[in-house]
Amino acid sequence: MEKPEAELITAVLKGDSASFEPLIRKYSPRVFATARRYARRDSEVEDIVQEVWLKAFDKLKTFRSEAPFEHWLMRMTVRICYDFLRGHQRNREASFSEISEPEEDWLDRFVADPSSAAEDAEAAKLLIGRVLERLSPPARLVIQLLEIEDRSVKEIAKITGWSMPLVKVRAFRARAEMRKILTRMTQEKYL
Amino acid sequence: MNTAALHEKLISAARRQDPDKRVPYAFEKRIMALIASRAVADRWVVWSSGLWRAAVSCVAVAVVFGAAVLLLPSSANSSKDLSQDFENTLLASVDQPDNSSMP
Repeated sequence: MEKPEAELITAVLKGDSASFEPLIRKYSPRVFATARRYARRDSEVEDIVQEVWLKAFDKLKTFRSEAPFEHWLMRMTVRICYDFLRGHQRNREASFSEISEPEEDWLDRFVADPSSAAEDAEAAKLLIGRVLERLSPPARLVIQLLEIEDRSVKEIAKITGWSMPLVKVRAFRARAEMRKILTRMTQEKYL
Repeated sequence: MNTAALHEKLISAARRQDPDKRVPYAFEKRIMALIASRAVADRWVVWSSGLWRAAVSCVAVAVVFGAAVLLLPSSANSSKDLSQDFENTLLASVDQPDNSSMP
């Protein structure tokens, strides 16, 4: 049976680095799931998760045990993902001309009758992926946390380290940016 | 086209996506190996930085003494030839006349 989390953390802090392994095993699925929301390629996702764990090991002494370890770790994960977004803005200016046939079909169905375009269709998921890739890093982070993960402004402020008014301002700008991208996408396709 | 509706539709499509929680095989072993290799590297870094610090202090001491020798005025009674002084001191006992044998 594995030791409780607090004991593992204390052991790591005392120099027993092997006690860190059960923590990696336990929380890696969540860290991977979060990293995959911001990076597409497997190699990029693995780099992000690797950086998260190395940083978590280095900064473990700053962890205050009043809050759950998972919250501390996920906050670190989101911040590293944000740094990744800022460093990899390669697809932001790409045009929508290369969208696949299923995505075009889905858009056509939406234009004809919005209710007929299924939200759980693979094409819709691909399309939202493309739209998110074109957002600026702060806009993407806010849309992800506020609209997709349905987190509160207070939670986002805590995760990102931004003030609550800044989160609100960035949320407003992010929605405007997303509307602009959607308009551009539809114009490229239908005009 | 109603972009607000499209926005809502796409956001709800993103919400329906199941998070992909797959972890590569033996990923935790890889991280532990990295942590261990970094610890070994850290030891070398500590050792070499200590050596560098020692070297810098030695150079600083040498520079200070060198400057002192060059810049400070030499005292009046000191000889100009250090090697001669050294030789005189070393051979002082030999050079001394043997008073005990005198009548």
